[in-house]
Amino acid sequence: MSTKKYWRGIEEINPSEEYLAKVNQEFEESSDVPFADVESIENAPTTRRDFLKYLGFTTVAATLAASCEMPVRNALPYAIKPGDVTPGVPLHYASTFVDAGTAIPALVKVRDGRPIKIEGNTDSKLWEGTTDARMQASVLNLYDAARLQHPLVDGAKASWKKVDEKVEAGLSGNVYLVSSTVNSPSGNDIINKFVAASGAKHVQYDAVSYHGALEANQKSFGKRALPMYRFDAAKTIVSIGADFLGTWGSPSLNTRQYSKGRKVSAKNPNMSKHIQFEGVMSLSGMNSDDRVVCRPSEYGAVASALLSALSGGSVNLGSDYLNKAIKAAASSLQAGNGLVICGSNDENIQTVVNAINSKIGAFGTTISTANTNNTKLGNDTDMMAFVEALNGGGVDAVIFHDCNPVYEHPMGEKIAAKLKSTKLTVSLNDRKDETAALCNVVAPTHHFLESWGDAESFSGYVSFIQPTISNLFNTRQWQESIMTWSGTEGTWYDYYQNFWQAKAGGQKAFDKAMQLGLWEAESMTMSGGASGSAEAAVAAIAGMPKAGADAVELVLYEKVGLGHGGPWSNNPWLQEMPDPISKCTWDNYAIMSQTLAKKYGAEWTDLNEVEREKQVVSIQTKNGTIEMPVLVIPGMHDNVVGVALGYGRGEGVGMAANNGKVMTGVKVSQLAKATAAGVSYHAMATIKGAGKTYPLAVTQTHHSYQERPILHEYTLAEFQKDPSHLADKREHELGHYTAANGVNHHGGEHGGEAGHGAEGHGEKHDAHGAAAKHDAHGDDHGHEHKPKKHSDGADYTEDEDWQEAYRDNGTLYHMEQHPNHGLKWGMSIDLSTCTGCSACTIACQAENNVSVVGKERVLKVHDMHWIRIDRYFSGDVDDATSIQTVFQPMLCQHCDNAPCENVCPVNASNHSSEGINQMAYNRCIGTRYCANNCPYKVRRFNWRDFNGADSFVHNLYEDGRRDDINNNVTRMVLNPDVTVRSRGVMEKCSFCVQRLQSAKRDARKEGRVLKDGEAQTACQTACATGAITFGNVNDKTSEIYKIRHQEQKERVFYTLEEIHTLPNINYLSKIRNTDHVEGRADEHGHGEAEHGHGEKEHKQEKTHA
Amino acid sequence: MRIPQCRVQIRILTVFVFTTLCFLFGTPRVANAQDGKALFSANCASCHHPLKDGTGPALKGVDGRVPSQEWLYKWIKNSAALIASGDKYAVNIYNEWNKTAMTAFPNLKNEEIDAIIAYVNSVEPKVASGGGGGDVAQKGADGSGDTWLYALLTIVLLLAAIILSQVNKMLGKNANDKLGLPTKESIPFYRNKVYIALGAILCFIGVGVYLSKGGVNMGRQQGYMPEQPIYYSHKVHAGINKINCQYCHSAAEKSRHAMVPSTNVCMNCHKQINEYTGAEEHPLYTAEGKEVDGTAEIQKLYEYAGWNAEKKDYNRDAEGNVLAKAIPWVKIHNLPDHVYFNHSVHVVSGKVACQQCHGNIEEMDEVKQSEELSMGWCINCHRETNVQFADNHYYSIFEKYHQEIKEGKRENVKVSDIGGLECQKCHY
Repeated sequence: MSTKKYWRGIEEINPSEEYLAKVNQEFEESSDVPFADVESIENAPTTRRDFLKYLGFTTVAATLAASCEMPVRNALPYAIKPGDVTPGVPLHYASTFVDAGTAIPALVKVRDGRPIKIEGNTDSKLWEGTTDARMQASVLNLYDAARLQHPLVDGAKASWKKVDEKVEAGLSGNVYLVSSTVNSPSGNDIINKFVAASGAKHVQYDAVSYHGALEANQKSFGKRALPMYRFDAAKTIVSIGADFLGTWGSPSLNTRQYSKGRKVSAKNPNMSKHIQFEGVMSLSGMNSDDRVVCRPSEYGAVASALLSALSGGSVNLGSDYLNKAIKAAASSLQAGNGLVICGSNDENIQTVVNAINSKIGAFGTTISTANTNNTKLGNDTDMMAFVEALNGGGVDAVIFHDCNPVYEHPMGEKIAAKLKSTKLTVSLNDRKDETAALCNVVAPTHHFLESWGDAESFSGYVSFIQPTISNLFNTRQWQESIMTWSGTEGTWYDYYQNFWQAKAGGQKAFDKAMQLGLWEAESMTMSGGASGSAEAAVAAIAGMPKAGADAVELVLYEKVGLGHGGPWSNNPWLQEMPDPISKCTWDNYAIMSQTLAKKYGAEWTDLNEVEREKQVVSIQTKNGTIEMPVLVIPGMHDNVVGVALGYGRGEGVGMAANNGKVMTGVKVSQLAKATAAGVSYHAMATIKGAGKTYPLAVTQTHHSYQERPILHEYTLAEFQKDPSHLADKREHELGHYTAANGVNHHGGEHGGEAGHGAEGHGEKHDAHGAAAKHDAHGDDHGHEHKPKKHSDGADYTEDEDWQEAYRDNGTLYHMEQHPNHGLKWGMSIDLSTCTGCSACTIACQAENNVSVVGKERVLKVHDMHWIRIDRYFSGDVDDATSIQTVFQPMLCQHCDNAPCENVCPVNASNHSSEGINQMAYNRCIGTRYCANNCPYKVRRFNWRDFNGADSFVHNLYEDGRRDDINNNVTRMVLNPDVTVRSRGVMEKCSFCVQRLQSAKRDARKEGRVLKDGEAQTACQTACATGAITFGNVNDKTSEIYKIRHQEQKERVFYTLEEIHTLPNINYLSKIRNTDHVEGRADEHGHGEAEHGHGEKEHKQEKTHA
Repeated sequence: MRIPQCRVQIRILTVFVFTTLCFLFGTPRVANAQDGKALFSANCASCHHPLKDGTGPALKGVDGRVPSQEWLYKWIKNSAALIASGDKYAVNIYNEWNKTAMTAFPNLKNEEIDAIIAYVNSVEPKVASGGGGGDVAQKGADGSGDTWLYALLTIVLLLAAIILSQVNKMLGKNANDKLGLPTKESIPFYRNKVYIALGAILCFIGVGVYLSKGGVNMGRQQGYMPEQPIYYSHKVHAGINKINCQYCHSAAEKSRHAMVPSTNVCMNCHKQINEYTGAEEHPLYTAEGKEVDGTAEIQKLYEYAGWNAEKKDYNRDAEGNVLAKAIPWVKIHNLPDHVYFNHSVHVVSGKVACQQCHGNIEEMDEVKQSEELSMGWCINCHRETNVQFADNHYYSIFEKYHQEIKEGKRENVKVSDIGGLECQKCHY
């Protein structure tokens, strides 16, 4: 077994017998099929009778089900139809996705009055239609069954009148309004009214604090906000512990801008350089060119050293590795257009970072202080003052808006203890979460899709929220509640309309703004101007306590999916989304390196390889102790352990959230350290084995390729030197299939068995002899091919080259000739820009009614995602500094010579003239031969009735945490244009055929040609980086054609191309702006490794024949 | 036997398609008095009645009332302009009718207006009659006796054959007896192995065919004609009064659903039309032969629509919302959930007439499902139907077909040639 260059999990590096046995069974079928255990059947005393019983039962059941009368169905029209609604035709409304301070302009697709899908609003000049996984999943929160359906007073259902009476009576003395960041202009207006009327104090805090950075910015450039970072303008990005692509700042916008600097082609072989200093593996670290591993407690020292290096001073961090990295980063930053960011919540460190940015001239070039980022405005000093006041009995009334301090604040327990004795406590949250459960009034607000509102997450860029459905439950918008309690007359809508009409200048302008959903600055102004000395800050950092060599640090981090928790903890889509970093679903865990894990018992790592049961450790800090299962993540600093926020939720949050019934249902926010100077998310910890295990549903090695090489990676330097290396390599390997001497090959002349039995292409190639000109590998393969011919005798043009010939002649079988006109769909995925954020996975789930299967089923490899993000590591698993990561979105490749199609006994899987590998659910009988034969492992089988789509009513699969997905309210999220699959059928990516059909229909009805970009897949529109391109490859003006044949033809490759599956999805090679690529130690070796695999594939081909 | 029948049907349907297309998309060039009725139904009937005041005045004798024929043309083509011009008569009429604006009909030609006027003037008030009846007996007796005749004939012939064979057997036996030859003991046919085997095989085939046909037809509802909450006659509306299908099913051009009209669409016309006056020329009967009182059915509609016929206004709640309810129509044409069917693409780009799939809807009082709506039926049409290839620019990307047509290698392009038989055309 050759050493793996790319591996998805440690188990793939040196595969054990158990692991191989597991992987050989794609779906772990034995655990699911009744009577699969043959021995027990043979020994069972009642086997035959059982069989007869089952037979009898099924026959009778089938007969009964079949002979039932057709039900009488009613067609209920509207009583009075609204003018703009046509049943069956979706409407799109501009609105805004909001999540505390985060706001992203959105287009909401409303079908027959129900919002079912959220896209980015491409009209926004700033956001350009970017989305993220949470935004894609937010539509499910609208239909969340755990939302409160009426207000509560003292825990009992109450009327709004009673709520208002109770609140108005209690609003006296010291009143506090505690909220997350509010950046809504109209919202702030009404809050100010309320503050003026009630004398309340408004306290803002962020669930994950940015206090340190905000304070530093206040001092450096006079604005208490994050500046606008311009990752698109940066040539060098140095991030010190800031996961700006995953969770830090405005990750969706950051990703969008970042990707612009990462688009590389042969014509423009330049890209930004991204250096990440971090201790915990993060999404940004995985995407970085150079990743430098350091402790979180060293972030300050790193920043100081970087400043020193840039000022020409000395760098001494006590480690050659770090010193070298700092010097390299400094010299790269000095080349111009640098940008340094830091994830620390320490004011001193952020002050030093501002000084660095000032030094390299980032202010005004890659950082603008003109349009500040207002997504995080929380003030920890205020919040701590509130906590103290609460403890001292100095709070008479408190209203919580869009925040949940009992759960998410480190002082949560203290707050909880005092809330009960406070006279009036009001929560405006949408559910009975940890804080609301302790409040005597809960006045649930609308979901944002039911609301009127606005958000100015970047100053000068306002985005409007308009309702897309009337409120499902008896809820009231928080603004209206606040308005009522401040004694302002009228409805919120009138207030809001007046507010904006005054600003916009009349009804017409207001309507226009609502229609667009945007109110943006004409152009982006760049302004800089940070000043102030960092000397004091450097001195303060030098005085920080240093961690001992063996001391372990605990880091609390946010996950890309769940974030800090909030309502997202109860979103089954996000819970089941494999985390980009760990590929784990549904649970929380402690991530650490293999070396650290081994310290506490080597067997842990063994367990990690095959067993779902993970060892549990207890992690103790000054503030408490928690128990978490261990998950080994390569690339973690050897003395750092990471635990995610967002888990361990209260009873009222919902079924899908950890409700304390599962082991990982402990909250961890209390482990953070809160002071008036800011919350610190890392702490020294002691770790002990807990002597038990806990199963984690990790998908990292599900759907395995079993070692087939599937991706290509180059350093930027290599690519600049020889851009067409990949293209040449492909031609070298596959070009010899070209029919020479005008002979038309359709397999027959390929030499049959002799050729295919040989090891690799070389001999096979000799055997068919037609292209003897090209010798075995290694020699000059030359470019002077003999004339190649189409099967109809026409010459291949230079443009079509060998690929067309390979298409015709690379198989023994007759290839169905595609007419080469009309439509042929194709997709291209750029591995260089894909960040692995998983927005596409959720978008696909929302668009295509993909089932949530629950943790138990994920453990059995029955996960259903049509598009998965394969995460490949390379490097030495024991050396965190060597780890490099590549993400590869994997979905049905829609092969033109699809292995799945010709094994289907009922022809349920077949090919369309447009190049789509079609799946007819109603024809599928569930043999799963197709999944077995799919080399990409992208087919998913409905092992259970996950959605209540079965003809038998009581077959619905239930597991506890995922069940709310089948609630009558939640089911409203289903896309009515896509079949809800029932048990026993296979499914997979359809290229969003319903969207293609719809686009074609529209064009046809209007009698015009389908425009490029009119038909878009859900994953494509969700992608913040534009890594996915989709279109008609027969259209020579289309984007996809240009990528394949002009702009990116050097980087194009198809996965497992050599087995002649002829995929309709191509990938663009990963280009990394660094000096070496771990996954490809040396060219020659790599080539050999690939041909080693070649043998295997030929065996497979033989079995085909 | 089935297939030729289908073909005949399709041929008949094509004729219908053609005629209906003319009806749907064409405007009659020469208008005569007969067209007047159709034009009146299509354009005027929602607000006017020849004899009674509705949203607008009764129209009989209108040409005599107005200042001039020219004035009438102007008024009908654009009444708002006429009022704006300050025409005295026009302003008076406008004020008299509570400033209700009349829809402009700029596309109506003068001859067509003449035809409408001719029609409204020809309408005479009906004298109440004692009710029809008498034709009821005719209704059920449409089945012919042919089948029975054949069955009887078969049985008689079979009997004759059996008798003759018995006679033959007896004669043979007698002859043998006379000649002294031994007669082979004849085995009765029910013990004859050949017969038994034959019978068994026939039985097997028969039952098999019956079962499989039953199985294949499971869930299909050809001929389904449920009772509806309101006896709504398509014949009266689409047939006799020639209301365009898409007046009510207005989403057929836009959506996958043709859309059952909302109650307020019914009320566009039925604010005026509050009684069924056609009982004489077209009495209404249920499938069971019970006579239906059309006026009572209209009353049912008012019940749903929340219309107070006396006050000539809707019943409203405190906030002024109309108290209307949806009519729970029984859905007749049902497709399984895994089938995606889109009306708009068939109607707009396929130019398929409604009747091709829904049968002669304008002949039906109560609608029934006239076609199988099976996959085979869909597929057959996709195989046989020509795409509007040359006219629709969408198809210009199928260059090879265009080339072939140009070279004369190809006559037409069927739906199946552009992927019309592929699974994901309808299943996704």
